[in-house]
Amino acid sequence: MNTIPDFTISPRIDQVGVEERASRFTKRSIKNETKINGLKLALNMIDLTTLEGKDTDGKVKQLCYKAMHLHDVYAGLPTVAAICVYPSMVGVAKKALGDSGIKVASVATAFPSGQSTRDIKIRDTKFAISQGADEIDMVISRGKFHQGEYNFVFDEIAAIKEACGNARLKVILETGELGTYDKVRKASDIAMYAGADFIKTSTGKISPAATMPVTLVMLEAIRDFYYKTGKKIAMKPAGGISKAKLALHYLVMLNEVLGEGWMNNEWFRFGASSLANDILMQLMKQRTGLYQSGDYFSND
Amino acid sequence: MSTKRLTVLKTYKIYIGGQFPRTESGRYYTATNAKGEHLANMCLCSRKDVRDAIGTARGAFGGWSARSAFNRGQILYRIAEMLEGRKAQFIEELMLQGSNKAAAENEVTLSIDRLIYYSGWCDKYQQIFSSVNPVASSHFNFSALEPMGVVTIVAPQQYSLIGLVSLMSPVIAGGNTCVILASEVKPLCSVTFAEVLNSSDLPGGVVNILTGKVSELLPHLSSHMDVNAVCYSETNATAIKMVKENASLNVKRTAIYENEKWMDEKNQSPYYINDFQEVKTTWHPIENIGGAKAGY
Repeated sequence: MNTIPDFTISPRIDQVGVEERASRFTKRSIKNETKINGLKLALNMIDLTTLEGKDTDGKVKQLCYKAMHLHDVYAGLPTVAAICVYPSMVGVAKKALGDSGIKVASVATAFPSGQSTRDIKIRDTKFAISQGADEIDMVISRGKFHQGEYNFVFDEIAAIKEACGNARLKVILETGELGTYDKVRKASDIAMYAGADFIKTSTGKISPAATMPVTLVMLEAIRDFYYKTGKKIAMKPAGGISKAKLALHYLVMLNEVLGEGWMNNEWFRFGASSLANDILMQLMKQRTGLYQSGDYFSND
Repeated sequence: MSTKRLTVLKTYKIYIGGQFPRTESGRYYTATNAKGEHLANMCLCSRKDVRDAIGTARGAFGGWSARSAFNRGQILYRIAEMLEGRKAQFIEELMLQGSNKAAAENEVTLSIDRLIYYSGWCDKYQQIFSSVNPVASSHFNFSALEPMGVVTIVAPQQYSLIGLVSLMSPVIAGGNTCVILASEVKPLCSVTFAEVLNSSDLPGGVVNILTGKVSELLPHLSSHMDVNAVCYSETNATAIKMVKENASLNVKRTAIYENEKWMDEKNQSPYYINDFQEVKTTWHPIENIGGAKAGY
């Protein structure tokens, strides 16, 4: 049993240092074979996401088909890691994905605001699990966090983790609403000690969503947690990562902060919808030598 | 001791998305006059500049093609107004590049007039080229024009202003966006023309102007899969063959103008707009109309 630290004294973050370091990761030159491998890895790490009020069964089925058949012209492509949907769509997605091996992740706990009672959040989670969700993406109560009620936030995460059973729990910090890197670090620590399997930056509904410096702060929190407890926590930046090049920058950062042990989709995910197509276009560019057009790739 | 003032020379840059970046490659080439004297250092653009410009043009297409035809006409007119106001500068640059004064003046005024000409056509070519078609069933059948999308243009080498204006105007009048490779040998006033575009009401990204080597960039301008039409205006059989082969990769339209004399008024016509339009034909079911049961 790990002792739970005092979260009020989580490490402070050097803003300038973090931003400078994050910008360094964008200046690596990755070419040819390495680039192709990196792109395929990034593709395999995507949680293909649709989280809209207007989602229909048909839309979700189509997205699942896309997840399994990213671009059939290109033989030997990996699939994405998971489909990410609302709880009401989990059943549809589960059926559509069949035995493809692609996981179904469901947002829960009154996503995206989290402004509801604990009872409802737990029932929301259990419903998603009963429908067959393999992973749960919960949101923390940012309001309570800002009020300094860290115990409340901690207990809530622990309660949801319990409701998850065997499903892996991703804890969304919604860093765009936290404001400072110090708070991002603190929220990361709380989530990890409370039982998160993943920490995730954003819902995608708030701007700014994932940025490289925020992700770096969270990766470093994961590293420190690993050194203290020996337990690996996975990372999921989400929102605003729509270009293949940016995805490669994230992989460089991941490799240099956490190392090879995290370089697969068990330990790292991209929450994205349009990223997949941009990666596919880059892969086709590498193969054919021609710059590609979105016209020749399925939308979803 | 009195000091002699140094003239502040212009840095000629490229025009992408309503901004004036330098080439991403950091390379340059030297523009010279007929005597081989140095005029300016120009950006020697790379394939990545082409890629960026095409991406920007694609992004601008939705907004530009959705503008009303009348509004596009207003904006073309505005470009002409801006050019008129900077006539002297263009005459000077054309003379630097080797034109005599009369020829330079002629080229500038003609360019202004050509913009006005296509400005007028913006809300009229549809009426000329669209049609109601006779069909044998009870449908109302009509064909209307739609812009193609992104057009890449290799501007004529010898007429660096009127050539560019003559090719650009019909393309944007028809609601397309474009990437233009300026005259390689006479690039000065092509870049200065970008300043005119930037101070008119043309949204950024509708026209993007690059400078560099045709031989280096033409393969990319013609093979990029997100380009819908290629316009080439030189007599060079090898280049034309390559353009056509590359265009076939995704069935781009090609417009090859080998014999056009851009200084001639005969070479302005709504058919140049039509060259970059798709025809959409619609079958609308109706009851037969009239005693003759005409099926239109």
